[in-house]
Amino acid sequence: MTRRILGALAALAVTAPLTLLRSTAAFAQDTTHVQDKIRIVGTYQPGTRPGLVIVPGGGIDSVRAIVKRDLDYSDRFEVVVLPEGAPSTDAARSGAEAAAGINYGLYRSFGASYALELNPDGAGVLARLHDLASSKPINQLTATLPAPGDAGFRMAVHRLSDEVVRWVTGTPGIAATQLAFIMDKRLYRVDSDGYSQTPLTPTGTVALSPAWSPDGRTIAYYRLGEGKGPLMLLDAASGSQSALPGTGTGTNFAPAFSPDGRSLAYTHSDENGSDIFVASLGGGGAAQRLTVGRYADNLSPTYSPDGRRIAFVSTRAGPPQIYSMSADGTDQALMVPFDFGATGPSNAPEWSPDGATVAFHREVSGSPQIFLYDVAGRRVKQLTSSGRNEDPTWAPDGRHVAFISDRTGRRQIWIIDTETSRVRQLQAPGAARLPAWSRRLR
Amino acid sequence: MRLSSMPLLLAVAALAACGGKPAPEQPTPQAETPAAQPRVNQDSIDAANRAAEEARKKAAADAAAADAAARAKGLAGEVASMIHFDYDKSDIRQNDQAVLDRKAAIMGANPGLRVRISGHADERGSDEYNLALGNRRAGAAKRYLEGKGVDGSRIDVISYGEERPLEQGSSEEAYAANRRDEFEITGGGDNLKAPQ
Repeated sequence: MTRRILGALAALAVTAPLTLLRSTAAFAQDTTHVQDKIRIVGTYQPGTRPGLVIVPGGGIDSVRAIVKRDLDYSDRFEVVVLPEGAPSTDAARSGAEAAAGINYGLYRSFGASYALELNPDGAGVLARLHDLASSKPINQLTATLPAPGDAGFRMAVHRLSDEVVRWVTGTPGIAATQLAFIMDKRLYRVDSDGYSQTPLTPTGTVALSPAWSPDGRTIAYYRLGEGKGPLMLLDAASGSQSALPGTGTGTNFAPAFSPDGRSLAYTHSDENGSDIFVASLGGGGAAQRLTVGRYADNLSPTYSPDGRRIAFVSTRAGPPQIYSMSADGTDQALMVPFDFGATGPSNAPEWSPDGATVAFHREVSGSPQIFLYDVAGRRVKQLTSSGRNEDPTWAPDGRHVAFISDRTGRRQIWIIDTETSRVRQLQAPGAARLPAWSRRLR
Repeated sequence: MRLSSMPLLLAVAALAACGGKPAPEQPTPQAETPAAQPRVNQDSIDAANRAAEEARKKAAADAAAADAAARAKGLAGEVASMIHFDYDKSDIRQNDQAVLDRKAAIMGANPGLRVRISGHADERGSDEYNLALGNRRAGAAKRYLEGKGVDGSRIDVISYGEERPLEQGSSEEAYAANRRDEFEITGGGDNLKAPQ
């Protein structure tokens, strides 16, 4: 019956965004529960990974599996795997614990701090998170889900996972995101857990340099034709695309949307060199030129999250290094320090969503490695050292970075948690390049 | 045995057929005028000579055309020959200056000739930086040719970055082969004349 209802709701869910229905009915006893604000649980400390148990249950194994992986990939929790046959309830207990159906003591004994219940609930899933230290449920929601296998099902579950992360940390997770990247000359996108990989451009065309608009609706990329080509704006939902006006000559690549989504900064390159331009996306007027390189190249712009600054690559001192300027092109200065003649070429900067850090790659002994530049502290930190590691791109949490690494022999997308240095490989069969991480997708 | 006796039997039969009887006298051909005979012979000789001469001329012309085609092809090949670059550099190497000088001379002798220069990079270095580097390498060759008197409007510049490697693989040899400018004739490339 549940399946039938889910199927009937699938059509609705495709057109309507996921609705998060929060219920307070079950928490009449929890007088501190706040409906519209997120109550941060006191036991969570940044930099720690509290244990979390996903309570065994029946009927929605696919949801449980996706959420479990999402919470693991969030690097905010140690997902505790229960021993085979471990009871989820404790008949010997009484009162509120027994009513909640959660064996708090047992889960505490496994080292967990949280327990997450996922149960079928009419049109979708009821998710309820328990704090084991206080032996209380701390939040819950009912998520409407398309039927498993339907378009939008996995992304709806990812949004549920991200909400659970928010209950504990105050910041949503990053599961409901996608990465755009280039493989075999085509533009692809893939969910942050490596599923639902989809080509967005046809064979026979060459795509490079993808970038997401802040609302996740548009992907800009460079379409390389006969050695030159325009910047394309591709509608992520419909697949329709059009060339950005003013990019009809030369090579137009490495686009970056301004944080308000109204402008697109990009690199225009031809026989006279490479410089950074910014075009208004609402139409109206020619692109504004921000750099004048003459015999130096300026390329690969990236906006600070407040939209006021642009970090970019310049060869004005010789080898490419990371500079910054005001968004109108004034106040250009070296950003990331380097030793002339000693520091390797530095490229592919991307400003973190929290504004604190610029990730880039810099050659060390001939191999590119991922570096982080602490903007306020003016410190440079090397993040990788094994193989070639290049083209970093930030997750919306400002904590995870995806990049291309050949550590297994071919260039593939890897994701590193910059707090714990834990890495995982994104599932992708081919040789991937130039990843771009979306913001959270609604 | 039987086969080897056959020719002998045939020879005997032939002798028997001819035997005794003299062949009938052939009538002497009557020329219309006695003087015409040498004239006709002379005409035939002249015609043969003319034909031979024309054949010689045609052969010579064919050979010349083939030579010209071969020379033009050779010139087109010289225009299309690649130049190479040091790692992360767009400076024209000393040994490539003569290559470009020759291209400039051929373009000077053939005002209708147009070329497209594509700059390429090896797979090291940033993908996006290499698009810029390709344009810089192609632009360097264009500026060199302009410096030798070629009108810049006859030269297009494009960049493939590292997207079209000539040699696959990650060896120094492959990298060196891939750091290059390619020159493609886009117009006026037929019947190229050699520079004087």
